[in-house]
Amino acid sequence: MGCCSEEKIKVEKEKQEKADLSLLGEVLAEYKGQAGSLVTVLQKAQDLYGYLPTAVLRHIAKELEVKAAKVYGVATFYTQFRLKPVGKYVILLCQGTACHVNGSERIETAICQELKIKPGETTPDGLITLTNVACLGCCSLAPVMMINGQAYGPLTPDRALDIIKDLYKQEKELKEGGE
Amino acid sequence: MKIRIGLGSCGIAAGAKKVKQAVEQEIAAAGLDLTVQQTGCIGMCYNEPLLDIIEDNGKTYTYGHVTEQIVKTIFAEHLKNGRPVEKYLVATEKPNDFLSGQVRVALRNCGIIDPEQIDDYTDRGGYQALKQAISMSDLKVIEEIKISGLRGRGGAGFPTWFKWNAARQNKGDIKYIVCNADEGDPGAFMDRSVLEGDPHSVLEGMAIAGYAIGAAEGIIYARAEYPLAIHRVQIAIDQAREKGYLGEHIFGSDFNFNIRIKQGAGAFVCGEETALIASLEGERGMPRLKPPFPAQYGYWGKPTNINNVETLANVPWIIQQGGQAFAAMGTEKSKGTKVFALAGKIKRGGLVEVPMGLSLKEVIYEIGGGIKQDKKFKAVQMGGPSGGCIPEQLLNTPVDYDSIMNTGAIMGSGGMVVMDETTCMVDVARFFLDFTQKESCGKCVQCRLGTKRMLEILERICQGQGQPGDIELLEEIALKVKEGSLCGLGQSAPNPVLTTLKYFKAEYEAHINQKKCPAAQCKALITYRIDPDKCKGCGLCAKKCPVGCIGGDKKQPHVIHQDQCIKCGNCLETCPPKFKAVTVE
Repeated sequence: MGCCSEEKIKVEKEKQEKADLSLLGEVLAEYKGQAGSLVTVLQKAQDLYGYLPTAVLRHIAKELEVKAAKVYGVATFYTQFRLKPVGKYVILLCQGTACHVNGSERIETAICQELKIKPGETTPDGLITLTNVACLGCCSLAPVMMINGQAYGPLTPDRALDIIKDLYKQEKELKEGGE
Repeated sequence: MKIRIGLGSCGIAAGAKKVKQAVEQEIAAAGLDLTVQQTGCIGMCYNEPLLDIIEDNGKTYTYGHVTEQIVKTIFAEHLKNGRPVEKYLVATEKPNDFLSGQVRVALRNCGIIDPEQIDDYTDRGGYQALKQAISMSDLKVIEEIKISGLRGRGGAGFPTWFKWNAARQNKGDIKYIVCNADEGDPGAFMDRSVLEGDPHSVLEGMAIAGYAIGAAEGIIYARAEYPLAIHRVQIAIDQAREKGYLGEHIFGSDFNFNIRIKQGAGAFVCGEETALIASLEGERGMPRLKPPFPAQYGYWGKPTNINNVETLANVPWIIQQGGQAFAAMGTEKSKGTKVFALAGKIKRGGLVEVPMGLSLKEVIYEIGGGIKQDKKFKAVQMGGPSGGCIPEQLLNTPVDYDSIMNTGAIMGSGGMVVMDETTCMVDVARFFLDFTQKESCGKCVQCRLGTKRMLEILERICQGQGQPGDIELLEEIALKVKEGSLCGLGQSAPNPVLTTLKYFKAEYEAHINQKKCPAAQCKALITYRIDPDKCKGCGLCAKKCPVGCIGGDKKQPHVIHQDQCIKCGNCLETCPPKFKAVTVE
């Protein structure tokens, strides 16, 4: 009790409470009272917020009249759901069998070194999140990664880094263009 | 004349969208009156992006590895001067080795039709099977499927007619057809290709199944990781509804049938029927005890029939051509054809459909072209995390449910990942256990803890900390996990370990006893060295080393400082082939 982690939780909570719950209105109106819609509602919520803030989970529980524990249970059961914010670009690095035997681990090492993050983490500038996934189904292009829906392969460590550098270049141009 | 471009996920990843743009630009620039058709995956993933020129007489030229530059050449030579550009052609009238050994039933339209145009499908006889089925009795439809000998293509190989009949016999005003499109096996992409390339065949198969069991609603449970497949299936559903192939009073009968998509949220265990149903109901995807089977008590407690994508895609063909025609292919107990996703260390990776009973060797060498860089074949992994590794001495095994089962692997959904001498089999077992351990839903103790303990042992072995007795312990836990698990995930999770132990025990022993990795893959057990006699001091490796642990003066032999080496292998890859100074052991 009264330890620093509690303080942290409080701060985190306050930050999350800021999530604009009204965004969910339409989704909840559509699915309220529809049995078995929890997974779909969570998917739609994640599309809206980019992740699932605690406040949103609680709100969904209240509106769909299910226990908060159940909502949390479902949200943590499936790999698609994220409870933390992600970067503007999400790299899904395939770790399927074909990618594994074709050296996906080396791609991972190279990306981690370049971005100085581990799988599951986001770069401090909030631009890129790296996530390992089981299989993207593009096995004949192994090793593969997917960035915001676009697949790239076959990769070498160098090619993967070039693609990431392009992202940064693109961002820089966007910024300059906006000014 | 028509131009056709393969726009499946693989094609797009290889750059097919840019090719399409380039083609459209060329057409506009030359003011040509040409149709550009998009299509799904023909299966030649190793040649993507693919572009077909179809002449008015039907003659087809297929170009591979097409770039924007090649598009320009094709337009200048083939279209303008009528001279096909031989060096970029991968197939012409005479099919290549990859295509000629195949028999396409489930993939009959993939790579040929535009999946977003229902007319393309109906022009090739689409929805005629549904019309035919509706004119038959439900029993007659099931009888035809029984004659065909079709077995579930998702993995277990259960007779399809039996499932349909069970669901038909169970009384109930509401019944459901579920299409399992939660293709979770790493290394498998058959279902994605069918959904992306020919979604209507799956819808038609579902409607026929619905008619046979008396269901009015179908649900496609699809992986969220397949956005393009979901997009195309939704278009197909909308078009079929508009044309009256789905909806009320189909073909003027009393039969009503609708289909909707439900997106999965990523859980391998949801391939199991009862877990899939739980997930459909918005719960955590955890399996339950059977019986009651879904055919008795399924989605919302109603009789439910679940079939895999490929199984359903076969159904319209069977109804149209007759069960006998399907049964004429394959072996005594495994009828028809099967789609395989060839991947890994193989020259011609892609999607192939062959009659059951072909040997593994024929599939891998004659269709797949053998091993990349002509290295030595070591094993082929079949059945994903539930399957196993089949060694070289069993390459003559015919590909059918029972023969594959006898090797310790399973047919599975059709993933075939080829491994060569540079693949470490202990690492492969570790890789799969890492997967199943993460994907275990946690319900059964043996699966939840057993897979974790097995993974720990395998990790230890790969890190060079294997102990005598590890192999026996692995075998013991494997048996317990198999016995003590409720569903297929746990029951089959030890298979990758058991098969590698059975066929590659020496590799385990080398790791444990000699602390060596014969395939030179396990980082803790390998060392990269520079041969001072061969090194000319070009410095390329030092430049490439991410941790800067390679030192040496210019034009003098370089040295790797072992204490800092992270064993990324960059030096080995960078060293010019004329020197070959870096070695690994």
